[in-house]
Amino acid sequence: MQHHIVLRVVTKLLCGLIVLFAFYVQFHGDYSPGGGFQAGVIMAVAFIAYAVVFNLEMAQKVMPARVAHKLAALGVLIYGGTGVVSMLFGYTFLDYGAFQPGHPSHGQHWGILAVELGVGVTVTGVMLTIFYAFTSRVPSISDEEW
Amino acid sequence: MNTLIDIVVFTMLVTTALAVVRTHSLFATVMLSGVFSLLSALLFVTLDAVDVAFTEAAVGAGISTVLMLGTLALTARSEKPSSHSPLIPLLVVLVTGAVLVYGTLDMPAFGDALAPAMTHVAPDYIARSPAEIDVPNIVTAILASYRGFDTLGETAVVFTAGMSVLLLISGRRITRAEAEKGATGNAKGTDDAIGDGSDET
Repeated sequence: MQHHIVLRVVTKLLCGLIVLFAFYVQFHGDYSPGGGFQAGVIMAVAFIAYAVVFNLEMAQKVMPARVAHKLAALGVLIYGGTGVVSMLFGYTFLDYGAFQPGHPSHGQHWGILAVELGVGVTVTGVMLTIFYAFTSRVPSISDEEW
Repeated sequence: MNTLIDIVVFTMLVTTALAVVRTHSLFATVMLSGVFSLLSALLFVTLDAVDVAFTEAAVGAGISTVLMLGTLALTARSEKPSSHSPLIPLLVVLVTGAVLVYGTLDMPAFGDALAPAMTHVAPDYIARSPAEIDVPNIVTAILASYRGFDTLGETAVVFTAGMSVLLLISGRRITRAEAEKGATGNAKGTDDAIGDGSDET
């Protein structure tokens, strides 16, 4: 897509905004629609849009495939780890009251933030992993075919 | 007003579905399924299920369209003409559709506030979450806290799906030429090794 200058400029402008919106959806999930899953997808879309308009190599310079694979595992680890930490404090698995014993609803906020982060990280990693797996098998789609 | 929106969106949904059935270009099919997802997202918005609408728009219209396009790049661009008669598939579809429509007769009306799903545990969550969780978006409170185990399971499913795709289709494809080159290289290597061994003895 070398000669689509409008697409290239707009994508460059939008990628940062998409990432910013992903963070908004991620950390504002308590107050507005959205949460980890949606944020993860939006975050992955920023890299996918970049890879589609420029090329896969340039996107993989920013987010290498091996990093995406590790992100997928890291998110599940964050989620499960939150449960284990609450157990270490003497509460049941995933009982967020453990994070602020004097004020259970604040503990809930911390817990929800942590597990949503885990979901978001996993979804970003998995979506990018799947996209990379598909697109790294073939030469990129030529301009005539769009 | 809501009824009007429902009618318009449902008409567009059915039109899109018919267009998907009629077209033979797979590229158009992928794009139309993206449109279908976006229209479903609109329906969810009219039902006040904004979280679901958000997911449908991001995943259904966004990511799956891209992944389907990626799949198209690996396969053909247009549908193969069917070689057998469409009679049996049509019959199967009609029977399945009739059974599904029969099944919906027992379901509560579209958007019914007195549906069992609305009266079972939902009032309990709505009553308890301001005091217990204290986050304005009750959907997040339910997903991450009350149903934390389910969400952990879902995250594990997403992770497993990603790893399965990775195992199945990732990695550099070895072309036939490279494979043959590798095979002859190995054969040469073993020959040399044998030769070296015999020289020493």
